[in-house]
Amino acid sequence: MPSRTMPENLVEKPVSLSAVPRGRSVQIKEIRGGHHILSRLGCLGFTPGARLKVIQNYGRGPIIVHLRDTRVALGRGEALKILVEGLEGEDRGR
Amino acid sequence: MAANVKAPQEVTERAAAVLNGEVTLTVALAGQPNVGKSTVFNLLTGLSQHVGNWPGKTIEQKTGTYRHNGTTIHLVDLPGTYSLTANSPEEVIARNYIIQERPDVVVALVNAASLERNLYLVAELLALGARVVVGLNMVDVAADEGMHVEPPVLEAALGVPVVPMVAAKNQGIREMVETVDRLARGEIAYLPSVPEIRDDHRQVLAEIHALVADCVPEPYPSEWAALKLLEGDAEITAMMRDECLPPERWDQVHEILMAHEDAVLSVASGRYEWVGRMIRAAVTRPRAGQITLTERLDRWATHPLWGLGILAAILGLVFWLTFTVGAPLQDLLDTYVVGALTDAASAWLASAPAWLSGLVVDGVIGGAGTVITFLPILVIFFAVLAFLEDLGYMARAAYVMDRFMHLMGLHGKSFLPLFLGFGCSVPAVMGTRIIESHRARLLTILLAPLVPCAARMTVIVFVTPIFFGKAATLVAWGLIATTLAVLAVVGVLINKWVLKGERAAFIMELPLYHRPNARTIGIQVWQNSAAFLKKAGSLILIMSVIVWALSALPHGDIETSYLARIGQALSPIGALMGLDWKMLVALLTSFVAKENAIATMGILFGQGENGAGLDAALAGVLTPAAALAFLVVQMLFIPCVATVAVVKQETRSWGWTAFNVGLLLAISLVGGIVVYQLASAF
Repeated sequence: MPSRTMPENLVEKPVSLSAVPRGRSVQIKEIRGGHHILSRLGCLGFTPGARLKVIQNYGRGPIIVHLRDTRVALGRGEALKILVEGLEGEDRGR
Repeated sequence: MAANVKAPQEVTERAAAVLNGEVTLTVALAGQPNVGKSTVFNLLTGLSQHVGNWPGKTIEQKTGTYRHNGTTIHLVDLPGTYSLTANSPEEVIARNYIIQERPDVVVALVNAASLERNLYLVAELLALGARVVVGLNMVDVAADEGMHVEPPVLEAALGVPVVPMVAAKNQGIREMVETVDRLARGEIAYLPSVPEIRDDHRQVLAEIHALVADCVPEPYPSEWAALKLLEGDAEITAMMRDECLPPERWDQVHEILMAHEDAVLSVASGRYEWVGRMIRAAVTRPRAGQITLTERLDRWATHPLWGLGILAAILGLVFWLTFTVGAPLQDLLDTYVVGALTDAASAWLASAPAWLSGLVVDGVIGGAGTVITFLPILVIFFAVLAFLEDLGYMARAAYVMDRFMHLMGLHGKSFLPLFLGFGCSVPAVMGTRIIESHRARLLTILLAPLVPCAARMTVIVFVTPIFFGKAATLVAWGLIATTLAVLAVVGVLINKWVLKGERAAFIMELPLYHRPNARTIGIQVWQNSAAFLKKAGSLILIMSVIVWALSALPHGDIETSYLARIGQALSPIGALMGLDWKMLVALLTSFVAKENAIATMGILFGQGENGAGLDAALAGVLTPAAALAFLVVQMLFIPCVATVAVVKQETRSWGWTAFNVGLLLAISLVGGIVVYQLASAF
């Protein structure tokens, strides 16, 4: 997958999950938000350090990610709150 | 987090009971959503299961018994939850049951195809000190996805029994029960590995535990309570603050908690690290890049455009099935069951006073007939939905509809109960229980009666051909589309003006597709239909008798009855819509059940109840414009009595119930007047 919407210096600079194109694998850096949403995301496996792959992202509407053996649909608002960084050496040029 | 064990004397008592051979085990069935929990529960308990509500909640509780080699197992189905933190009422119910009722064994059903996430719940169960047997379900689905799990390796890592199963094919159920039995008898060594908190918060947890340990009430494990405080668990926090801790002690705890608000993710990470250690050796994953069946299907089903097309096609198919298969069945039931009952009762009551035969034939049998003839349509609808649910499709429908639900401040999940509303508003309103946020749930309940239900469509199918000839189908679809447009506008307006608030988070698992199980679907249909009969059936029957009384009193003649007087009093409003009092009365009686409108018109226009000859009579009194107005009002009119009852039950508020009824009344009347005036002008 080409990384058109992802800056090249991705490894240093976390971006919001909603900006990650389909097919890319990333690692969660930080999750922002109130306690309730952190708790709900956390029990589904959205924790700092967790790896996930973006399955679908059409630039608007909800996105689909695959993490911890599960496909999860996330509202765009929720995806905005999850900051991720690229996995170096993985999925490049796939 | 030390596993909390039962008091020694309790163990001794149990051992004595085992020696005497009189063994009754209480086994709780726990699991995340989409692990096949209901399939396992249904296999074990069959139709012997008892469906009720958890005390004080509107959440369904299923229990049942299963006998095995002289052991009676009392099985309790816990709500499907992703964790045991108080994020939802279901999670509170599940963990309070385990803490307070102390089941002998908890069967934690996990989906082998999403083991990593599924073991998270096991981590929480073990931290709670429950005696756990892991039912490793769907090993076949996992294999299809290229994942292989070694049960003995997993068992060794977890230190608790692991039983591989394919519940949908009835494999492994027996072994699971035997394992439960042997564990309860103490024949299996039980040395669970218990997850620990991550290093970065271990010290904090110890501090909190030291502060609260002597105040945690029985039967809560004190380490567990300390951990839940650190996680910011709403229920435990409130309990410790308001009931258990002296105020100055709470202040100390609170200060620590405020300094570690990020702990919730650290605790979750700790559990996932534990899960990672458990599965590292036991699971082989597919090669990267392998495209699975679910992935292939989802390229279509969740595509922003094709996904909508598929959903529309499915909806169309459901309607087609409902009306091509359901309507003839309805006619058969009407002729042979309701007709036969009516004839028998009339003959039997021939010499009885007229009011008595009227009460029995028109009131009781009429009401019961309404319920009975409506069943085939509902059964078909429930069956199709249960099939789609079991297939794994419904989550995709919610996903593609999310964008549109946003306009109303809702998210995709709210679409699912609304979809149910095309069958009947009663299960739709009850189906809103899946929505986590109170605000979104209330809004969905208020909108559910606006989805055109099968009963209203029956009226449309009957009336449109009389007035619109070849254009009938077009008019019918137009009416449905108009109703849905009104629903959308009302939703947007309520969201903007009445129920302001932040939209809840849309986080939803998309389960793997798998082959639906006939037994699961059958039991689901049975339970939904039984719930409809219990809830709606009795209400419709009672209201039918009341409406019959209003239509017969005081002179035994509908033309001079109280009902007619009500209709006549309302005729100024009717005039604005081109409707005479008879049509208004037909609308009023649709409060009992929507399809009653046809029967009432039949009586009022003197054509008998079955509507034969009614089409000619109607065509004589109504202009097409008035007919259109009538249909619009009928589509948007106040919900039927059964729906009003469940709206009250689910909102627990007479205020919101009255708001809903008033809102629909206003919308329908305004809609009818506007349509009539516009249609007459052209």
